[in-house]
Amino acid sequence: MTVNIKQWPGTALATRDLEQGHVLTVKYKPRAEYAWDAGVAIARYLEELKAGRLIARSCKQCDRILIPPRMFCEECFRPTDSWVYVEDTGTVNTFSICHVRWDVVRLDQPQLPAVIHVDGASPGMGILHLLGEVAPEEVYIGMKVKAVWEEASRRQGSITDIRHWKPWKEE
Amino acid sequence: MSERMAIVGLGYADIRSCTPGISYKELMYEAATRAYDDAGINPRKQVDSFISVSEDFWEGTSIFDEYVPDQLGAALRPVHTVCGDGLQALSCAAMLIETGQAQIVAVEGHSKHSDMCTPHHIHQLAFDPIYHRPLGAHPQHLAGLEMARFLHESENTREHCGLVVQKNRRNALKNPRSVYGSDLSLQDILDAEPTFTPMGVLDAAQPADGAFVVVVAAERRAKALSTHPVWIRGYGWCTETPAVDSRSWGEAAYARLAAHQAYRMAKITAPARELDFAEVDDSFSYKELQHLEALDICPQGAAGAWLQAGITQTGGEFPVNVSGGSLGVGYFLEASGLMRLTEAVLQLRGQAGAVQLPAVRRGLVQSWRNLPTTTGCVVILERADGRE
Ligand SMILES: [Zn+2]
Repeated sequence: MTVNIKQWPGTALATRDLEQGHVLTVKYKPRAEYAWDAGVAIARYLEELKAGRLIARSCKQCDRILIPPRMFCEECFRPTDSWVYVEDTGTVNTFSICHVRWDVVRLDQPQLPAVIHVDGASPGMGILHLLGEVAPEEVYIGMKVKAVWEEASRRQGSITDIRHWKPWKEE
Repeated sequence: MSERMAIVGLGYADIRSCTPGISYKELMYEAATRAYDDAGINPRKQVDSFISVSEDFWEGTSIFDEYVPDQLGAALRPVHTVCGDGLQALSCAAMLIETGQAQIVAVEGHSKHSDMCTPHHIHQLAFDPIYHRPLGAHPQHLAGLEMARFLHESENTREHCGLVVQKNRRNALKNPRSVYGSDLSLQDILDAEPTFTPMGVLDAAQPADGAFVVVVAAERRAKALSTHPVWIRGYGWCTETPAVDSRSWGEAAYARLAAHQAYRMAKITAPARELDFAEVDDSFSYKELQHLEALDICPQGAAGAWLQAGITQTGGEFPVNVSGGSLGVGYFLEASGLMRLTEAVLQLRGQAGAVQLPAVRRGLVQSWRNLPTTTGCVVILERADGRE
């Protein structure tokens, strides 16, 4: 608004006007529910997570190992060729120290999402997950990490079957 | 049209009532692979631009356009989505070619309707939240309102609508690319469970899964790529007011105006004489009749009589929805127009199999974006050895 305008045109609206019904409000609770077919690639990936393993697909043409796995290579546009187990260790490609959660709650202990390049997969192939058991100021790009798995009995075929990735030193 | 262009590739996959076991990406990949093979092209090198049709709420992922490149061969290439019917995307492809920006464009549409647990609730979100949603009516009540007014204004009858269902579901029995083929008596249809009277449960097309991809090429590429290019002679699209209080309930004004645009481009003045067949929207039985009249294919009020006289039957003078239409093949969300386009292209190539019509040269494809929209699109197609 320009400084030349001394007085606001119209009527100011405050939260209480909405709460007290002074203006028209519409409340509607959407029921948008989906059951996505995971498909061949994601289904196997999730099954393997439940078993405590990371699996990828390989493409012979570009000689890459792709994780998360997919049934087609987006570079070569051809079907991928075979299933390949990869390590549950990797390298931090990028990370952020998040002081605010997805629902805008401010956090005492920051959340540490990171893209982790998985050992055994092709360079540049990684998964987005969380770091843990590490102080935010100690995280750095290039840091080696290892998956901390949920107890076998509690895994349910979800990316949360890995609790987080913790700093790790190669033997 | 300043630039001539043709459909040179066609692919479809998994036309089924539901497709458990594969993801929407794997479904799209399958159709795309077939289309590129049909066109004899490598999408990573030869397709200049990619267009996908999708609606975030149908998919369950917002900003869905970001989820389409990989499975179409479109990663790191020009790609965009059209939140509309597949024929609107085809029109975008035609425009990209007309500008010279692209020589070859791929258009994709898919339905993973079976991924939705609450489709009617999701559909309800398309209705105006202040004027309409609080009334709490099922989305299809609009079809009941429209059918009532259409029948009131015209000489078409409830029985004529039943005959549309009978014709299209019988046609689908011969079409392997369909889900709902069935041989029903007119009485079966009229006696079916009433839903939104005058509509009964059999008057509404049922959803299906499937993916469709077409490859469009500018003339200089089309002739080299395909021995049976199908030329796009005209296209048009139109949206009437969304207001349910004041739209034209009796006639499909959007289809009339979209057809005018397409006919002008294709230099068609007498559609019924100059066209050989049509695949038109029949998401609800009365829609086929209403659309045929809006498209000026038959005189106002005569669509039902034409059907009764056998003119729009498979053996008739102007076959309509030989494929089975949406009533017989299925309703594919925003890919419905591409399903009709696929059937029309197969006809013009002479590859329609058991539903092949003899000696067809020019056909019309028309789509409607289903309830609650008033958006429709028309495309005129012509066989390679047709009029230059
Ligand atoms: Zn590859």
